[in-house]
Amino acid sequence: MKRSRWTAADTAVSRLPSAVRTLRILFAGPASAFGTTVVVVFLLLAVFGSFVTPYGDTQQISSEAREPPSAKHLFGTDRLGRDVFSRVIVGARDILSLAGVGSLVAVALGTLIGLFSAYRGGWLDEILFRFFDSILALPSLLIALLLLGTVGPSRESVLLVIVIVYVPIVARVVRSVVLATKPKAFIESARTRGESLAYILFREILPSVLPTLAVEAALRFSYAIFLVASLGFLGVGVQPPSPDWGLMVKENRDYGALTPWALYFPVAAISLVVIGVNLMADGIKRVLSDER
Amino acid sequence: MTRDTSKMSSPVLKISDLTVSYRADERWLDAVRDFSLTIRAGETYGLVGESGSGKSTLVLAIMRYLARNASVRQGSIALNGLDLLALRTDEMRRVWRDQLRLVPQNSLSALNPSLRIGPQVAETLAPSLDAREKQSRVIELLRMVRLADPARVANSYPHQLSGGMTQRVLIALALSGEPSLLLLDEPTTNLDVTTEAAILDLLKDLMRERNTAALYVSHSLGVVAQICNRVAVLYAGELVEDASVAALFASPLHPYTQGLLDSVPRIGQHKRAAPLCSIAGQIPPLDALPTGCVFAPRCAFATDFTHEVRPALESLDDARRVRCHRWRELKPNVPSSVVPRQSSVVNDETPVTALVLNVSNLQKSFDVDRSLLDVLRGRQTRKLRAVDGVTFEIQRGETLGIVGESGSGKTTLARCIVGLTERDDGQLTLLDIPLAPRVEQRTREVLRHLQMVFQNPDEALNPYLSVGEILRRPLQTLASCTRAEADARVPQLLASVRLDPAYAARTPPQLSGGEKQRVAIARAFASHPDLLLFDEATSGLDVSVQASILNLLNELQAQSQSAALFISHDLAVVGFLSDVIAVMYLGRVMELGRTSDIFNPPHHPYTEALLASVPTIDVQQPRERIRLAGDLPSPVDVPTGCPFHTRCPRFLGDVCVNVEPPWRVDANGHAIYCHIPLDELRRAQKEKTREVFETSRVSQ
Repeated sequence: MKRSRWTAADTAVSRLPSAVRTLRILFAGPASAFGTTVVVVFLLLAVFGSFVTPYGDTQQISSEAREPPSAKHLFGTDRLGRDVFSRVIVGARDILSLAGVGSLVAVALGTLIGLFSAYRGGWLDEILFRFFDSILALPSLLIALLLLGTVGPSRESVLLVIVIVYVPIVARVVRSVVLATKPKAFIESARTRGESLAYILFREILPSVLPTLAVEAALRFSYAIFLVASLGFLGVGVQPPSPDWGLMVKENRDYGALTPWALYFPVAAISLVVIGVNLMADGIKRVLSDER
Repeated sequence: MTRDTSKMSSPVLKISDLTVSYRADERWLDAVRDFSLTIRAGETYGLVGESGSGKSTLVLAIMRYLARNASVRQGSIALNGLDLLALRTDEMRRVWRDQLRLVPQNSLSALNPSLRIGPQVAETLAPSLDAREKQSRVIELLRMVRLADPARVANSYPHQLSGGMTQRVLIALALSGEPSLLLLDEPTTNLDVTTEAAILDLLKDLMRERNTAALYVSHSLGVVAQICNRVAVLYAGELVEDASVAALFASPLHPYTQGLLDSVPRIGQHKRAAPLCSIAGQIPPLDALPTGCVFAPRCAFATDFTHEVRPALESLDDARRVRCHRWRELKPNVPSSVVPRQSSVVNDETPVTALVLNVSNLQKSFDVDRSLLDVLRGRQTRKLRAVDGVTFEIQRGETLGIVGESGSGKTTLARCIVGLTERDDGQLTLLDIPLAPRVEQRTREVLRHLQMVFQNPDEALNPYLSVGEILRRPLQTLASCTRAEADARVPQLLASVRLDPAYAARTPPQLSGGEKQRVAIARAFASHPDLLLFDEATSGLDVSVQASILNLLNELQAQSQSAALFISHDLAVVGFLSDVIAVMYLGRVMELGRTSDIFNPPHHPYTEALLASVPTIDVQQPRERIRLAGDLPSPVDVPTGCPFHTRCPRFLGDVCVNVEPPWRVDANGHAIYCHIPLDELRRAQKEKTREVFETSRVSQ
């Protein structure tokens, strides 16, 4: 009794299939293998990108402006003479870290709220989720614009926006699983043993939520990438001269005929990552259903 | 008693050497093997087997409803000489319309919820009829299945009808085309006993009138004994025995049949007399079938030879068939002599009386259709009275059985006692400690003394936790063990429910239904509670597994001297385990008494009807026939006076409608909630039994 009576982490890990098996199943289908590869490559680029880029991301070489793709500039240069390849790679770091941290915090917070509120039930749950419903009724971009208009554009405010927009979604998904699990006899049995709220939430209920949550987290990640890029494009997200993909699309949109490469390579990067994450999410779903 | 039709009439259905297989992981798994059966006109053939025996596969194969990954790999199915397996789909459609009909198990999912009953029945009629002819034929069919108000039923949606009524509609649907063969797939399994008895009567009469051949699939031997002429026993996909009902129930030849018959608790059989016989082990999975006799791994008479060589199906002179190497040697061992009469676990000493649980005037009602608006307006909504003033006590070491049909409030009662449902009113004391309404308000000490085993073993155990952790928790939270002490006790707990210590590392999805329930029982006993609640703890299990679980409960309870509250819809099961029985109807106790008193007159009229409805495997025993009219009244509008007066076969008149009956208590403490005095009830019920005895003797 003196020892810690439960550890949520060890449940999560012990119930999820071993890493080797997960990878084997993820790479079993061509689609999820492709998605997983894309995500892994981009994550590596985000971490080690600055070591492989031939030029600095804000370095302007005015003599080489508006050059089409070549051996020297793989993706060409934009009208200010910046190397597009370097900017796309360094841009991965910004967008993936913002989207990653944002969706992670949103998933964690949403899970906590969903678990607690759905298990407790009653008027608190009723009010909270009616409020969440009203947030969900608005397009997420609209909420983002409203919030950023209030707090001003910065990395931190983009992070905040992701969390605020996605917490209700995650909480609702978690809540639905909790509501389905709560009346089951194993939870009632735990109540007749006088188990603590924490044990019931994290040890008895959380494992049932994890499969759904893993897929939901991957989806949130891909939507967060989208959101960061959209905000950059609208000019209320990451500010210049950062090599944000959305921002790059915005900056080069008017010069599509002149330097199409500077426009389409960031676009391609956004699509590729989002598709990759989605395909990987399908793979994760399969791993978890395989496990059951 | 049974009509001997086998000699005169021609075969309607002839199945020869049928093998049906499922394709899984690049190989064939044979779900039904070398199955042969002939059903003649007017014959009702029972097909009995536990879950996994291949009954459903067989029905699907006859109907040609097999899934894509299944196929008939060998043999033939002929209906009136027509080879069903060779027919094209359009030809098959004609067979479905004119000759072959199925009554499915789940009546609610078999009917389209968005269509009224009338059009659904009309759909199966010949397209040549015009609308008015169809209409009148629909009414005629609904009247034929004894639905009280056919026009209203035809105009209703399925959800507006009770389970018994929808089942009748399905029978009407099946009989609309005057089929020559009717397949009945567990048509009464989801029904209450009194409803089931009425449906079985109906089926019996309809079959006799029409001379229809029928295959009646059931896991219940009692039901088959009631309605069938012949029985085929299926085990792990093989026909192990085939005989007339009278012969099979009087002298089963195959050890599996013997085991099945012995596993079923009879009405009046009690744990203090002898434990139930059960069949060890479980049905083999299709991918690991034994090479020899399929039953050998569970058979008490198995030898090396039977393990290696597959027995052939032997035909005996009196149209019996049996698949066993040793039936000749076993034949003298008729089932009753197998039952060990002496080696009883419980001795018959009267237990030291010490009050464990006292329930006094317990009340619980639920709001019906209460919307947020009603709450805000403070409007009173209609109440569903689930438990209405229940009072009883349980002594140490004693088992109180609660029996009642669905809607009787027995589960709500258990949940109120354990605190999962908050009671409205009434006092509960456990060992003289008052119990708080909600489980969260109770102290550890109280929780330790009161544990519950839940109905559905699949939901009772968390699929994500190991068996070891599941058993460790009550020790840690309730028995104040440290983690290490708890871990050390887990193997003992597993051993106490006859499971290998290695099971600690498994998770519930890796266990069978019976094994899960054993773990759930071990968990409940872990904290040495003084009172255990069992809510339909064996209802989802096959009979052979149920028998071993009942024996186990009996044994554990005798060792721990704990009291128990055992809830079931099955009167025989309750009767086997209980010392005292309470019969519930619409939230009230109608009768309360020692088990032996409950099974002997005087009975409450409701108990009398229940006893008469239970399908029994004693085919020779004459039975009085009492059938309750109509359905259980809605618990929202409980009838005035005596709640049972709307269906009571011994209805007296206005006094039953207007006045609440008194409790009539005899010297033994046997209490009956009825207007009829005990002596009168006893006299009437004894006469009734004698009457039945005499008429049956005349008919033989």
